[in-house]
Amino acid sequence: MADKATFRIWRGGNGTGHFVDYATAISPGMVVLDAVHGIQAADANDMAVRWNCKAGKCGSCSAEINGKPRLMCMTRLNTLDLSVPVTVEPMKTFPHVRDLVTDVSWNYRVKTKIQKFKPRKPDAPDGTWRVQQADVDRPQEFRKCIECFLCQDVCHVLRDHNLHEEFIGPRFLIYTAQLEMNPLDTGDRLKDLKDRDGIGYCNITKCCTKVCPEEIKITDNAIIPLKERVVDEFFDPLGGLFKIIR
Amino acid sequence: MSSIDVPLKKGGFGTTSRTDNWWAEPLLVFLGYMSFIVYATWAALQGNNYLCTAQCGGADYLSPMYSPLLIEQAPAWWPAFLPFSAAMLILPFPGLFRFTCYYYRGAYYKAFWADPISCSVGEPRSSYRGEKKFPLILQNVHRYFLYFAILFVFILLYDGYKALWFTGPDGAKHFGIGVGSLVLILNPILLGGYTFGCHSFRHLVGGMKDILSASPVRKTAYDCAGCLNRSHMKWAWVSMFFVGFADVYVRLCAMGIWHDWRIL
Repeated sequence: MADKATFRIWRGGNGTGHFVDYATAISPGMVVLDAVHGIQAADANDMAVRWNCKAGKCGSCSAEINGKPRLMCMTRLNTLDLSVPVTVEPMKTFPHVRDLVTDVSWNYRVKTKIQKFKPRKPDAPDGTWRVQQADVDRPQEFRKCIECFLCQDVCHVLRDHNLHEEFIGPRFLIYTAQLEMNPLDTGDRLKDLKDRDGIGYCNITKCCTKVCPEEIKITDNAIIPLKERVVDEFFDPLGGLFKIIR
Repeated sequence: MSSIDVPLKKGGFGTTSRTDNWWAEPLLVFLGYMSFIVYATWAALQGNNYLCTAQCGGADYLSPMYSPLLIEQAPAWWPAFLPFSAAMLILPFPGLFRFTCYYYRGAYYKAFWADPISCSVGEPRSSYRGEKKFPLILQNVHRYFLYFAILFVFILLYDGYKALWFTGPDGAKHFGIGVGSLVLILNPILLGGYTFGCHSFRHLVGGMKDILSASPVRKTAYDCAGCLNRSHMKWAWVSMFFVGFADVYVRLCAMGIWHDWRIL
């Protein structure tokens, strides 16, 4: 590994700005966030970067490294070609605040609109429930989500088509799947999924799955099963007839 | 939905900061699909050499593209300007099963329609309807083609079984194994791996339920479908090309270019 590497970092505020090259010392074991912190300490004290845990669990340091949405704290330098400058940009799907920081608050507003968990009546007199592990395996996969919003960033429906008004994005489709597949939940979110949340906009390109740092199979295990449930309810006349007969 | 103002400028088609060969995957997918589509169309239009019997030592090798062989002559209602072969009544069903398959959809939206051409790469169009509106909302018909695809797996398994019986000099059928037998048995196995790993199949056998533990049979079926589903892309590619290879094998044997090697 070379002693120094160049990082081409987006500097500016509110969507305007330009790339600035910074050469910084590197050593084995470093991640991109370490290098950004080194640059911040030595060359750019005013550079804005959001981070917290440095362990891939808080989801704060999301950015685009060499054009790919990734966590800076989980991108080791030895996985990058350091013979050329490494570009580090803010996420493009959300409003830019400054340097590497974007305003992701839209996501929290979306979450408030999704129908909340609505459990069935408690199974036991003490007000608790009994569930089998086999029945919670599926929703538990989705609980691994750290809300880094990299999946929202890479989703072309939001990124390229700006359909934030009509599509909740992969993060909130897995959140909905987590609730819909919960064996205790009695809520019905299928009409919302079809009409308000725009599940039909997803065209299954699996970009969200590819960037997920928790390796959640977003498309295969959450979005497609939800699409199938929407088909059950609204697009399958034979299935509907079968349900009536049965 | 909450509104948002995204001031960062988007680039045009192909614009990206990615430094890897992002174009390689959609290009390979495009070439892979096109090569199969071109070959399958050509093979379907031939209308001959789809059955190998005398040239294959009395075997009963039928190309999967022509199975089940129900109608060999054009029916009266068939338009005169359209060429006819038995495959043309058969291929639309597995073809539409694959066309509406979740894996294929994601792959050809990228490779053929550039929507997007690759992840975090600029798109050629600003408008977008997705699968929410006509015409792509019709992709929701996928499960109906699944029902046909399941039927085809069993039909092709029967063809594989028939390929184990060779007509001897006495005119009776004798058990045997040729390379063609193995090809025609392996073909439905690969197709089964693809069909029974289908997302719709996984949903229908158990995915639609929130509580699977109450029915061990359903749970087992769901787990098996899920196991196949994890490699759905691989099953899709391998089974597609093997159908093509099985047709090539039968066709070349029927033409006398290849000779079927009798193992047993």
